[in-house]
Amino acid sequence: MLQVHNLTVSYGSHTVVDHLSFQVVEGQWLMIVGPNGAGKSTILNAITQGVNYTGTVLLNGTDVKKQKASSRAREIGVLAQNHHVGYEFTVEEIVRLGRYAHSSGLLSGRRNEDEAAVQRALELTGMAPQRQQSVLTLSGGELQRTFLAQVFAQGPRLLLLDEPTNHLDLVYQKQVFALISEWLKTPGRAVVSVVHDLSLARAFGTNALLMHKGRAVAQGEVKDVMSSGQLDRVYGMDVRDWMRTMLSQWDGDE
Amino acid sequence: MAILSARNCRKHHTKANGDGKRPHLCFLKGNDMRKKAEHFRLSEYLIFAGITLFTLCACICIGSVNIPMNETLTVIWNAIIRAPQPESLAASIILPVRLPRVICVALSGAALSLAGAAMQGLLKNPLADGSTLGVSSGASLGAVLAIAFGITFPAIPFAGTMIMAIIFAFLSLLIILGLSYKLDYSLSTNTIILIGVIYSMFVSSAMNVIIAFAGDKVKDITFWTMGSLQNSSYKNAVILAGVLLICGGILFSLARELNAFAVGEDNARHIGVDVRKTKLIVLITVSILIGVCVSIGGTIGFVGLVTPHMVRMLVGPNHKRLLPASAFGGAVFLLLADLVARILLDPIELPIGVVTSLVGALVFIFIFYQTRKR
Repeated sequence: MLQVHNLTVSYGSHTVVDHLSFQVVEGQWLMIVGPNGAGKSTILNAITQGVNYTGTVLLNGTDVKKQKASSRAREIGVLAQNHHVGYEFTVEEIVRLGRYAHSSGLLSGRRNEDEAAVQRALELTGMAPQRQQSVLTLSGGELQRTFLAQVFAQGPRLLLLDEPTNHLDLVYQKQVFALISEWLKTPGRAVVSVVHDLSLARAFGTNALLMHKGRAVAQGEVKDVMSSGQLDRVYGMDVRDWMRTMLSQWDGDE
Repeated sequence: MAILSARNCRKHHTKANGDGKRPHLCFLKGNDMRKKAEHFRLSEYLIFAGITLFTLCACICIGSVNIPMNETLTVIWNAIIRAPQPESLAASIILPVRLPRVICVALSGAALSLAGAAMQGLLKNPLADGSTLGVSSGASLGAVLAIAFGITFPAIPFAGTMIMAIIFAFLSLLIILGLSYKLDYSLSTNTIILIGVIYSMFVSSAMNVIIAFAGDKVKDITFWTMGSLQNSSYKNAVILAGVLLICGGILFSLARELNAFAVGEDNARHIGVDVRKTKLIVLITVSILIGVCVSIGGTIGFVGLVTPHMVRMLVGPNHKRLLPASAFGGAVFLLLADLVARILLDPIELPIGVVTSLVGALVFIFIFYQTRKR
């Protein structure tokens, strides 16, 4: 579905992503993991043409660089980490923007198809009761679900997530990941996400790409890539030991 | 619908209070106009147009000589149907003086406010307006040069200032965009704002140099930079109307893209907006609007900044509604400001830019206070 070949991104003389190649096939959930500054988010930005790059990004055989922005958006959707909406838009207005790439013109009336997609997305994410609420009054979790609804309404086949639950509490984290797992069950879809939480990556990912300083250290199935030996080397610490220490705080609770 | 929205509103209130958050301004959110449709309905357009027309007529009637409304309307009606005009003071005041001026004021107000609304959306910055890019300063420089050195163009001798202003507005646009491209290919918002500010400073220092050597022209220059539509002609009105129609149409056709930008530029890219192309078109269109406005009326501040804010409180942030409403709102705002400028210290006339800046600054503080108070 997605083929990235020799992707290189540089800011000035600093190379952030260095000759990276990977691919994603339908049904996969690729977790991009690695320490801060490994170039994880930059990969997603390159796929959506947010930064200049060399190399090729092919989506179902088409070069994404040569695609029109709207045809790209019909295939690839993005859920970002943070949202700072400037003005008092309502939840519904934000979600409806997701249909931008599908509707032709400004004056063409509302199409039933678009309305149905918006309605479905609002219901799926549980934001339907708050559809008329201003996004400036939402909590972090509600805001993230609003943008998740937007990307659902957009109806892409490939979903890119950039730390989708980084600043959310556990309840929302669980909700968002459950919604995305459910979304992925429909055939012909795939997810690529950048996550810091290694446990989340292992729990939900089918595949993983371990990055270090702009290069791929390992890629393949989650279990193989996220072996403790490999993680220890990249993070420069005993990862499992740290996680055990964290978990052991709960020992004796029952 | 009204019942539904009221219920939503109440529900939201209790919820907000329950969360310990401060309740949100409900009369704004509960405002029915905002929920009915994304676009304006015909009736809403008619209401706005009606208010604007009424203000326009009132501004024609009121002045150093007050003319009754029915007489005013008769004179205008006669002029429209080309009937012979009875000899009267009213006709000699309205047709050659007040009417063209008031029309130009309304059109300038609409144009400035439209430009402001578009820029505030595009840059997702509520402090932006048409002058943020620096084009209006550039246009002023052109006009100041024309006044100081008496530059005229042989073919059109009466419009030296105006043509110089338009030329300089366009040159400024080229310089600013060229520089932005060179520095930052993606034309990021911060680059645009920064370059606009620096360019404006540079231009105003250049203007000060000219003023220092302008000698007896200083008064003319100062008056012009404060903005005035005193000597507007029907020709000006036609130019303004044409530019407003074309540029307004272009901006309105980009309403959805502007919505996306107002939510966030990255989000706009993610949903499939061609970010660079949209930015370029909006910036160029706004520059043309501003360049023409400055060339005709001088720099009139605060209209483009304040009106979109007031209108947004009324109709919401969706540009499909915000843009047309801003155009009407700007027309009304500038008409009233012009009226105050004319009658406040009659027979002395204040420059309109002074009035808008004064009123605008006060209104802006009020709006700011209101939004922060929540």
